[in-house]
Amino acid sequence: MTAVIEIPSALQRFVDNQRKIAVEGDTIQHAFEDLVGRFSALQQQIYDEKGQIRSFINIYVNDEDIRYGKYLETELKPGDVIQIVPSIAGGR
Amino acid sequence: MDYGTAQHLRVPQGMLGQSLTDLIGNTPLLRLSRVCPAGNVFAKAEWFNPGQSAKDRAAWKIIREAERAGKLGGGKVLLDSTSGNTGIAYAMIGAARGHPVRLCVPANVTPSRVKILKAYGAELILTDPTLSSDGAILKARELYRESPERYFYADQYSNENNWKAHFETTGPEIWAQSEARVTHFVATLGTAGTFVGASRYLKSRNPAIQVIEVQPDSPFHGLEGMKHMESSIVPALYDPKLADRKMVVRTEVAYRAVIDLARSEGLLCGVSAGAALAAARQVAEENPQGVVVTIFPDGGLKYLSEHFWDANL
Ligand SMILES: Cc1ncc(COP(=O)(O)O)c(C=O)c1O
Repeated sequence: MTAVIEIPSALQRFVDNQRKIAVEGDTIQHAFEDLVGRFSALQQQIYDEKGQIRSFINIYVNDEDIRYGKYLETELKPGDVIQIVPSIAGGR
Repeated sequence: MDYGTAQHLRVPQGMLGQSLTDLIGNTPLLRLSRVCPAGNVFAKAEWFNPGQSAKDRAAWKIIREAERAGKLGGGKVLLDSTSGNTGIAYAMIGAARGHPVRLCVPANVTPSRVKILKAYGAELILTDPTLSSDGAILKARELYRESPERYFYADQYSNENNWKAHFETTGPEIWAQSEARVTHFVATLGTAGTFVGASRYLKSRNPAIQVIEVQPDSPFHGLEGMKHMESSIVPALYDPKLADRKMVVRTEVAYRAVIDLARSEGLLCGVSAGAALAAARQVAEENPQGVVVTIFPDGGLKYLSEHFWDANL
């Protein structure tokens, strides 16, 4: 099952400056495992010390925030677009 | 007219009461004896400003000087990019002084920020969330280029009045409130206005004072208000040579410190205050004889929708 993860600009340096990466996995959980398995520098960026997705990361599938649905168990269909958006913009 | 016993309170005509902008600055210096038992860490409680953050100081100086120079007034629109406190300060002061305010804001800013900005009547232009604050900066520049005559482009990242506000107020307040005993000054970096302005003032009073800047540990972080300089559009007013020491803080460490402040000091603070505390606490442990002063840029109410309060950190 192939979906596409859009990489926010702040994470592109950890993935050879790619903006979009095709991932394998039938759930968000597996798609993230695939991504981090290929780019190990992302481990620290995406997961906290307890191995949970860091609390400030919002994940959208086709523009839908998955936190209030099945979260990491959300099922993926081919062609789904996953966005990783930090809940702030580093702003002032 | 008979004012009775209140006669001594009479004030000259036209001077009764205070204006909103009179309330900016002169914030308390708190002693953090429970989260730092050595008792040598102190923080400026910037949510005591009327717009509830340190940015009131910079915004007011920027607006005041623009009015004086004739760049604002007569319906000119104050334009800037901001995802938070500076926008709130512009919107508040703009409302109080009759200036229209137009702000470029990343779409992923916390929803309560957007509501506050709208409540003050500011006009918002939401920009691409994946580009963070840089996307908002680029949009503001574009709008200004299209019709420069309509706007006063406040440009908080380059405006010298940003750091000067802290040179004139935050720095002198710290000097006076610490009774000239401050040995270390710790501040988080956003535009760098707070750090640059207060540090320059404190060093002018005592060059031995150590000034320490605090940044996120990665370009990818949850520290609202703070900037990872190396991966961002670097603010023109940032002076990379000023700091005696540069520290970085991981987001979760700052969150933990915010929770400590709430539960052990009764202080509901923003996330950058947590980063400031984490760094200041380390400096204080390394310098037990020191007097470490930091800035808590805002309070915690705007961050209640963040998920870290429930996360098992
Ligand atoms: C919450 C918060 N923390 C820290 C900062 C950094 O302050 P400065 O822009 O003066 O560097 C800001 C700036 O807006 C802020 O809003």
